[in-house]
Amino acid sequence: MSEPRLRVRRTAKLYVKGAFPRSESGRSYPVHSASGELVAHAAQASRKDVRDAVLAARGAFGGWSAATAYNRGQVLYRVAELLDGRRDQFVAEVREAEGGSGDDAAALVDAAIDRWVHYAGWADKYAQVVGATNPVAGPYFTFSLPEPTGVVGVIAPQDSSLLGLVSVLAPVLTTGNTAVVLAAQDRPLPAVSLGEVLATSDVPAGVVNILTGFTAELAPWLASHRDVNAIDLTGVAAADRAALEVQAADNVKRVHSPRAVDWAAEPGRSRLDAFVETKTVWHPIGV
Amino acid sequence: MAKFEYAPAPESRDIARLRPSYQIFVDGRFRDGRGEAVKTINPADEQPLAEVAEASPEDVADAVAAARRALDGPWGRTSGADRGKYLFRIARAVQERARELAVLESLDNGKPIRESRDVDVPTAAAHFFYYAGWADKLGHAGFGPDPKPVGVAGQIIPWNFPLLMAAWKIAPALACGNTVVLKPAETTPLTALVLAEIIAEADLPPGVVNVLTGGPAIGQAIVESDVDKIAFTGSTEVGKIIRRTLAGTGRRVSLELGGKAANIVFDDAPIDQAVEGIVNGIFFNQGQVCCAGSRLLVQESVVDEVVASLQRRLATLRLGDPLDKNTDVGAINSAEQLARITELTDSGVAEGATRWSPPCEVPPRGYWFVPTVFTDVAQAHRIAREEIFGPVLSVLTFRTPDEAVEKANNTPYGLSAGVWTEKGSRILSMASKLRAGVVWANTFNRFDPTAPFGGYKESGFGREGGRHGLEAYLDV
Amino acid sequence: MTTLEGVDLPPAGGVDLQSVTRDEAALRRFLHGLPGVDQVGAEGRAAGLATRSIKTSAKAWAIDTAISMVDLTTLEGADTPGKVRSLSAKAIRPDPSDPTVASVAAVCVYPDLVETAVRALRGSSVGVASVATAFPSGRASLETKLHDVRDAVAAGATEIDMVIDRGAFLAGRYLQVFDEIVATKAACGNAHLKVILETGELVTLDAARRASWLALLAGGDFIKTSTGKVTPAATPGVALVMLEAVRDFRAATGELRGVKLAGGIRTSKDAIRYLVMVNETVGDDWLTPDLFRFGASSLLNDLLLQRHKLKTGAYDGPDYVTVD
Repeated sequence: MSEPRLRVRRTAKLYVKGAFPRSESGRSYPVHSASGELVAHAAQASRKDVRDAVLAARGAFGGWSAATAYNRGQVLYRVAELLDGRRDQFVAEVREAEGGSGDDAAALVDAAIDRWVHYAGWADKYAQVVGATNPVAGPYFTFSLPEPTGVVGVIAPQDSSLLGLVSVLAPVLTTGNTAVVLAAQDRPLPAVSLGEVLATSDVPAGVVNILTGFTAELAPWLASHRDVNAIDLTGVAAADRAALEVQAADNVKRVHSPRAVDWAAEPGRSRLDAFVETKTVWHPIGV
Repeated sequence: MAKFEYAPAPESRDIARLRPSYQIFVDGRFRDGRGEAVKTINPADEQPLAEVAEASPEDVADAVAAARRALDGPWGRTSGADRGKYLFRIARAVQERARELAVLESLDNGKPIRESRDVDVPTAAAHFFYYAGWADKLGHAGFGPDPKPVGVAGQIIPWNFPLLMAAWKIAPALACGNTVVLKPAETTPLTALVLAEIIAEADLPPGVVNVLTGGPAIGQAIVESDVDKIAFTGSTEVGKIIRRTLAGTGRRVSLELGGKAANIVFDDAPIDQAVEGIVNGIFFNQGQVCCAGSRLLVQESVVDEVVASLQRRLATLRLGDPLDKNTDVGAINSAEQLARITELTDSGVAEGATRWSPPCEVPPRGYWFVPTVFTDVAQAHRIAREEIFGPVLSVLTFRTPDEAVEKANNTPYGLSAGVWTEKGSRILSMASKLRAGVVWANTFNRFDPTAPFGGYKESGFGREGGRHGLEAYLDV
Repeated sequence: MTTLEGVDLPPAGGVDLQSVTRDEAALRRFLHGLPGVDQVGAEGRAAGLATRSIKTSAKAWAIDTAISMVDLTTLEGADTPGKVRSLSAKAIRPDPSDPTVASVAAVCVYPDLVETAVRALRGSSVGVASVATAFPSGRASLETKLHDVRDAVAAGATEIDMVIDRGAFLAGRYLQVFDEIVATKAACGNAHLKVILETGELVTLDAARRASWLALLAGGDFIKTSTGKVTPAATPGVALVMLEAVRDFRAATGELRGVKLAGGIRTSKDAIRYLVMVNETVGDDWLTPDLFRFGASSLLNDLLLQRHKLKTGAYDGPDYVTVD
């Protein structure tokens, strides 16, 4: 009987502009499983990594927001297809990160896959549901439609390492925004793996950028960044949100600051609505 | 002799994986229909393609019963999210087998492979994708928080876009939780039967989708059966018969019928693009399109320029083998349809219009009709009033926008219309006055799953596509 | 089926083309009165033409025809007589292993290298084209630009590729652009004049159509898309609109003027698509190097590779064609 095979361990890196850099700071931090064992050293992103990620997201915004809604839907569905293919890996990682039984973890991963499918379907419906023609009192044709806000900073939930992450990220992308995501600080590995899935799906480079590291260190840089148009504070403790909202006010960021979320529930529309602008167009009617 | 003769570039017929015989699909199983075994013909050479065992009235009863069982059983219990996932599977499978379906469609229908490849099949896949996404979002569609399906839907589709029409019918029905009994046209059953195969491979529960081939008698049997709804696309004449048959039954019906669309060109139009739009409007699918722009209304001040440009452009159309990738105009679907087109065009000449066609060689066998333009057409001529459903354009003129609207609306039909002008406010003004369900401005014959399609007046009622397309399959 | 015999060409629209260049106002009225171009429709038409499938004998003909239409170009600051001599040898005999490959149409160089090219190409059918008029920006006085042209012509250039003043065009000073083309044409003497519109800087297809007519009215023998120094260069939509302009100019005047596409055309597939566009937009009268050209450098080698493939049935690598 031979020795058990020596596993090849993955280096957990950032995901920025379609590539997998280490932190420019050269730092990393230990990641422990739910039961307290050391499982990896994740890259510890710095403010300069935040800056690079925002640049990447801004660069990708033009193309992603101009893609047809049909095309964005196809891309999001493709993410679900690839995630389903790596289901077992994610079940193991989610279980390691969050604890619980294998069945619990499997249910979370399945729900995360289905959530991509759910949002893929929204891509070409959303404008139909919230858009409108406005019956103004005059010879004008006017309509209002949603457009993406721009670059969205997403601080992912700290508890739900995959389902929560997908639930906050997918709606941002659905309407045509690009994202800089701070992964759950203590449970970053499913986010690192999701980056690897996104890189091999049809999501263009820079549309999603995932940073691992310390929320308290990085969130202020996102909140104060003047080229970030909106920020989602889901993963920030209630007590810490006010300071970030103050910083966000500097360039009038849209702030999404929800109370506790049940990730298993039907998501509804609120996260889609949070990161869009409404544009109203007027045009005369006459021969 | 032209300098640059395009060598034949035929798509291989083998890609269609044509089988000697095809079966109907009932309750999750393929089986021989108990009706007549009929040969389906390639209209480009009049040779039989395959034998299809058509359904009998008993098969209709079986299919409706199977659809009812599925509705009351597994399908009725399937969540919206899972219905969506089944539809996504179908969409992906249509994409994966796109080339096979395109070649098969061109063989069975006679349409150019360029169109089946670039329009019919991708649009069919897109339709499944689109409605897949609605299945778990019906509460957001504006029909109440938790709208219910109508039930079992009988769906009867025409021969001009066999696969695409099947997608238009099946996708919204399943998204809303209905089960269906679909009847493709007798002359073009093959792609609907391959779609049934795709549906079977997607593991949908038996009975959710049933596909029956057959002629008018089978259509009638479906209409008279115990279904909850009939969705019909076809001629206005048959649409009226169906409406009469269903009178008093309380069963739902939606009808997408004929048209005689006006394509209106103003003197400030982008002329080169307008000419392309005119060509696409009437020669796409050999004009066998219910929303075809069969009446060209041109502002009198530019009529000579437009007609001359149009004639020059038509001289470059390539008529011939539907499987050749360079063919623009394929075969007419059937001898019967060819006879109808011929009879109506003859009436145009007899009534005094001027007939013109580009120089064009026609293959020795098959059903062919050379692209034809009538000028000097009066509003009273049959070719200006009756749906020809062929590659025949009638050119009329107008002087003012009001006159254009008056002439465009002067028809019992109201499916579509086109407006060509660089002036935005005129587009919107014309659009508001045209009594038609679809108005294309500076384009024509655009179809997208997100955009509702359907007619005013005798062009039918109900909409397919978009959020509005859900209504036909929801109990609202 | 693509011949235009038996089809009446559209009328000229009753416009007296002499009078439209009478003054700034008349020229503006004429150019702004041209039918608009719907961008989506035009690009859709161009994309539709690109789906033509050109196979076997048609492909062989198209590749040989495309080779004969190439203006083999080098327009670098680092150009030397050695580089130009080498390019000229390739222009005369593109494939040293196969004498049946025709020469290209012309070699295109900067004015100071015209003399070198003329000497290297003596005795061949290959023309010498020179960019001039302060190429590529055109930002110099008219006198300087005309001097540039006279230099090139005196050195033996048979074709002059001028740039229009895009600044003046975009500012609406159409008559200035017109007059400069007329003056350049006069300075060309017997040399053919190609007028570069630089459509990548004009941006809209409406502007491309107006600039095309402006250049044709001013006597340009060819209208040319681009310098190759600006992106985008030749695009299918622009090519379509320029071909429509020479088509309509012929209908109005009976004169046949040429079109040159330059910049960004690197593959045989692209070149063949453009030949299809020519064939179906203006007709096969234009399928000759006298009326249609490709300004390119790397295109030629791809045409040669595809030619090998058609002849031998096997794909070649870049080591089987000469680098220049």
